[in-house]
Amino acid sequence: MQLTSTDPFSDYDSGAYFCELTSKRADDQGTASAVQSRIGTIGLDALHARASAAETELINLGITFTVYSEASAIDRILPFDCIPRVITAAEWRHLEAGVKQRVKALNAFLHDIYHGGRVVKDGIIPGDLVYGNANFREEMRDFPVRFGTYVHICGIDIVRDQNGGFLVLEDNARTPSGVSYVVENRHLMSRAFPDLMSGIRLRPVDDYGRRLLSAMTEIAPEGVDNPQVVLLSPGIYNSAYFEHVFLSREMGVPLVEGADLTVENDKVWMRTTGGLRPVHTIYRRISDEFLDPTVFKPDSMLGVPGLIGAWRRGNVTLANAVGTGVADDKAVYAYMPRIIKYYLNEDAILPNVETHICREPEGLAYTLANLENLVVKPVGESGGYGITIGPRATKAQIEAARAALIADPSNWISQPVVSLSVGPTLTEQGIRPRHLDLRPFAVTGRETWVLPGGLSRVALKEGSLVVNSSQGGGSKDTWVLDDGVR
Amino acid sequence: MARETPLLARYAEGLFWMARYVERVENLARLVDVTQTFEAPGREAESWLALVRINADEESFFKRGGVANAEQVRRFYLLDPGNPTGVPASLEAARYNARTLRPLISTEMWMHLNMFHRDMLSITPDDLQGDNLSRLCRRLKEGVQTHTGITEGTFFRDQGWFFYQLGRLIERADQTTRLLDIRYHLLVPAVGGEERRVTELTQWGSVLRAAAGYHAFRRVAPPGFGPEDVVSFLLTDTSFPRAVSLCIEQMEWMLGQLRSRYGLRGTVAALERVEELRAALTGRPVARIIEDGLHQFLDGVQRDLIMLAGEIGTAFFRDWRPLAEAPGQTQTQSQTQAA
Repeated sequence: MQLTSTDPFSDYDSGAYFCELTSKRADDQGTASAVQSRIGTIGLDALHARASAAETELINLGITFTVYSEASAIDRILPFDCIPRVITAAEWRHLEAGVKQRVKALNAFLHDIYHGGRVVKDGIIPGDLVYGNANFREEMRDFPVRFGTYVHICGIDIVRDQNGGFLVLEDNARTPSGVSYVVENRHLMSRAFPDLMSGIRLRPVDDYGRRLLSAMTEIAPEGVDNPQVVLLSPGIYNSAYFEHVFLSREMGVPLVEGADLTVENDKVWMRTTGGLRPVHTIYRRISDEFLDPTVFKPDSMLGVPGLIGAWRRGNVTLANAVGTGVADDKAVYAYMPRIIKYYLNEDAILPNVETHICREPEGLAYTLANLENLVVKPVGESGGYGITIGPRATKAQIEAARAALIADPSNWISQPVVSLSVGPTLTEQGIRPRHLDLRPFAVTGRETWVLPGGLSRVALKEGSLVVNSSQGGGSKDTWVLDDGVR
Repeated sequence: MARETPLLARYAEGLFWMARYVERVENLARLVDVTQTFEAPGREAESWLALVRINADEESFFKRGGVANAEQVRRFYLLDPGNPTGVPASLEAARYNARTLRPLISTEMWMHLNMFHRDMLSITPDDLQGDNLSRLCRRLKEGVQTHTGITEGTFFRDQGWFFYQLGRLIERADQTTRLLDIRYHLLVPAVGGEERRVTELTQWGSVLRAAAGYHAFRRVAPPGFGPEDVVSFLLTDTSFPRAVSLCIEQMEWMLGQLRSRYGLRGTVAALERVEELRAALTGRPVARIIEDGLHQFLDGVQRDLIMLAGEIGTAFFRDWRPLAEAPGQTQTQSQTQAA
């Protein structure tokens, strides 16, 4: 006879990694043990059945992203793991402060580089990284934006090391996506697992649309009463179309495509059944280079001819502003701690993953001496390519990386391999640790507001560190505990 | 809450077409159902070809390799995604439009259409056999009726509602004329005595049942009614939901609302078309229409409905069109077809 344990957590072992549920945190208000015992009560079989019903519901609701192959377009869901990731109230206060600080510094940096570039003159960051950057937009020079806000919507990718310390992995200052899943995951959780959540005080996630609309209204051109906000989407063929739908609904504003807009006399209008109506703020979910075929890519059908002209005249606000991509570049990332210090005279609340800048002699020397233990990344735009993960590389690969580093040091940075934290995740084999990250979302008009929690992406494959949805990633509901203190 | 909400021209068009495509699915199911009922032993092919003819699909049916038999016609309408007038293409187009309309329509409308679409993708040739066919038709009808109910109960009543209703009413009126047309050749003046007359009336009873109007008809029909009374009911009754006259009355009301509630001035030309349609229906007695040729008359009504749809398109949708031509946009195809 085979003995089966009734506690699905009895064989759960997070090893050396920090666990987002089971690692001891004094201020978790008993949540971790409550969640574990409730999951025990539900039982693994029922958990599997409910998780599968929840995923079916996502398909029925069309909460999907689209994957294109040559022959067809397939709607996929972002796999949903039903075991929540728990962030304590104190942890969240720390994260929230860190995200706000980061956003403030990113905006100060963008304002500076488009107004003379003190930061370059003072030698904080090399000029070629800024002005030679493919995402630097000449059109932005000396162009005023309201409240100095360039990055209205920002997503910051954060990981947690084996000691539970939060580290910033990447800034997303262009058109970060994923916030719709934060809200939908919570809705799904409360429908499918009300017994798991009951009585636990969580910070709500429902306020995103209202906050976003307020910010979009604040940044509209000055002097406009009741500004018309729209969300500009590439349309139903875009893989993030569901999110665009979600955001336009949450804000209660039209989702427009390029063809719905037209520019006349340097003003933007939308085509309605009653004729042309003025538009004042555009939350655009298309990249800079597709915004206006008369300025950027002439063959692009996604944008609106004349849009940049209308914007230069101050008749419409774009969110995010044009040219923010220079701030979330990998090379610039390495300088973020110094950038924060420079503008705010504060140390970074959320440190970077330790980064060695190889264009600097010490960075290069350290990297060359420790190649076997480091991840070496090119700073150029082609993310993913040319990365060497020291501990997993062959001798020949290490030597190739060494040669490339010596040939052009300024093209490289290096980082230690981070032992990403894990969360208990439902798998075929039972509940197992899987690595995760966190992307909080910050909305900035006049001031910055951060949605409590953020998107927790989980690498569903055993041992994998890749959380991307295109490569076997899923997501979890992210619980921020409410202790009544703000 | 007096926030004025302008409606994007593209949304108005999407609503109009979504409603038309969904309505078309229900009516196709009704047409197939009635054709099945008429299938005369030994002359099945003839009955089924009539279906192709009244949909004016002969050319595309034979071009797509159709052979004039019952099986092929059923497949053409229920299984062939390449037939733009069939169920799969209509549902695909309805869902496509619903997808572009997701910011506007209710989550429940979208979710149902999404599931209905997926459900119907799984129709197999086996579902077209024997008594399965009738069951399939019922599933299709019920799917559309569920959509209609959800829409009635959840869709916000602003301008969009009126464009949705207009699309649906135009399609419904058009389909009723096609349902009538299927039996037009039976309306030869009564020769052959009482027995022939009873057979005919049985068949007209089936047409009424397919339109879900049998009982209503019996309530209002004169004693000793004949085929012309059935035709009159389906064309000119102003209480039966699928009667052409009621559809036209409602279209007129919808257009009037767009004008008075939302100040849309583009309704004038469309309202004139509606006037003409009504004049055609009430201008002469139905007996006279039949005498002059019912088929030609129905053709004329169909043409007028196409022109009415064209006027609505010109007034409200055209504005954004010139720039937008998304790949695989099935609605464009049908608009060309309708224009």
